[in-house]
Amino acid sequence: MSAFSGKDIPPSEITPETLYFDRRRFLLGAGAAIAAATAAPAQDAAGAPLPARRNGAFSTDEKPTPFQDVTGYNNFYEFGLGKEDPSIHAGDMKTRPWTVSVEGEVARPGTYDIETLLKLASMEERIYRLRCVEAWSMVIPWIGYPFSELMRKVEPTASARFVEFETVMDQTSMPGLRRTVIDWPYREGLRIDEAAHPLTLLTFGLYGKVLPNQNGAPLRVIVPWKYGFKSAKSLVRIRFTAEQPVSAWMKAAPNEYGFYANVNPDVPHPRWSQASERRIGEDGFFSPKRATLPFNGYGDQVAGLYSGMDLAKFY
Amino acid sequence: MSDTALPQTGPRRRAGLRLFGLPFPLAWALAFALGLAPLVRWIVLVATNDLGANPVEFLTRSSGTWALIVLLVALAVTPLARLTRQAGIVRLRRMAGLFAFFYVCLHLMTYVWWDQWFDPASIAADIWRRPFIAVGFAAFVLLIPLAVTSTKAWVRRLGGTNWQRLHRLVYVIAPLGLLHLWWIKAGKNDFLDASIFLSGLVVLLGYRILVRLRPR
Repeated sequence: MSAFSGKDIPPSEITPETLYFDRRRFLLGAGAAIAAATAAPAQDAAGAPLPARRNGAFSTDEKPTPFQDVTGYNNFYEFGLGKEDPSIHAGDMKTRPWTVSVEGEVARPGTYDIETLLKLASMEERIYRLRCVEAWSMVIPWIGYPFSELMRKVEPTASARFVEFETVMDQTSMPGLRRTVIDWPYREGLRIDEAAHPLTLLTFGLYGKVLPNQNGAPLRVIVPWKYGFKSAKSLVRIRFTAEQPVSAWMKAAPNEYGFYANVNPDVPHPRWSQASERRIGEDGFFSPKRATLPFNGYGDQVAGLYSGMDLAKFY
Repeated sequence: MSDTALPQTGPRRRAGLRLFGLPFPLAWALAFALGLAPLVRWIVLVATNDLGANPVEFLTRSSGTWALIVLLVALAVTPLARLTRQAGIVRLRRMAGLFAFFYVCLHLMTYVWWDQWFDPASIAADIWRRPFIAVGFAAFVLLIPLAVTSTKAWVRRLGGTNWQRLHRLVYVIAPLGLLHLWWIKAGKNDFLDASIFLSGLVVLLGYRILVRLRPR
């Protein structure tokens, strides 16, 4: 851990970030390999600036969690179960070339290139709260555009009632795939009205830069009123379906994880309370955990999606 | 354990007792320093601000891990003494047991302080609702009488046989501690650490069963 936790010195000050992420290839030493590695930053864009206009109306004014923690404390089990594993291993994942297959109940199915998706709509910065199901939280300035923009482009049919997201399975860079924690690939899903909600962000960057790989590069979805695991990373497939998808976590532990997974202080996880949370970088040894808000504080915007539903049953 | 030496009730140190060639006081001091090593590591990590993004989680998990490790070390003392023919090791058993209790207390403290913020009602509800909390807490409660009666005075007061019966509680405590970890890990089907502890426990308890069954 110690090598990755210099609080005051961003890794970018020590080694150029792109070179750092490419260190293994760099260390091969052969001239061709070095040429490839130094050329890589232009292709694998992680860490490059990503201009965006701040959307104040959709942003919290809470203090953003330090970049170091946002990019060094991650759950991305394809890279390992430890919180530091993604920041250690994800640099080996290639994010170019990258395509996303849009399938199922849509008028315009097809394979969309990442460069096309980057230009599909104008980029916004939105500072969202992120509440992990493990009772910790962060505040993160994401960059992206509403998922509804993609829906407009691909035109879901009348029978599309759900959206399923699938994460890449890259055997060469993802040591976690060898562990059968869940039935890979990682899958998540939303109801179509949840996916179309203006808060649901198709996300390409954070902190003014292209997404670091450990945060789900080159594109992911962010659903801020649900527990973090609903926001699938490194997407390769987006499938519009008539039937409710079975998410990876529902399959792995149906008694612990439901399809909706809305942040709800009144519905405990079987192994811990969800009534409170620890804000990473703020709540430490001498401050109690803070109260968790229904829908992670986004109730005014999203509670209407669930009117009439028993959220203790549809957890 | 019945066939091994009780804690010495005579003079504290026999002159010339050696462990692996070391004078006993030196061996004792080394063992004590080793027992403090996890605590020293945490203090250094706190001082250097090196506990990572979630220091509270790190200390909670690390203290739990070390509580189990030291508990298994305490259980390994007797077999080790026999296998290495270094009977003097048994005289370190009380220290190992008390270190196990010490790390269990620190682990409990991380929970009571940082997770529950000293809220008795919330702690009681948690123990009631969550089996993994309940078994961990039970292991702690059962360790208390063992820690209290670890002194020579208590061995005398109880008499060797009763004292030994009481201290067989460790054969319940260690499995409870492991079950506590197993249920935590069950959520992610991540049984690697827990399996290592289970293997250790099976070997240490299996050894005792074999010793019992072996005709003398």
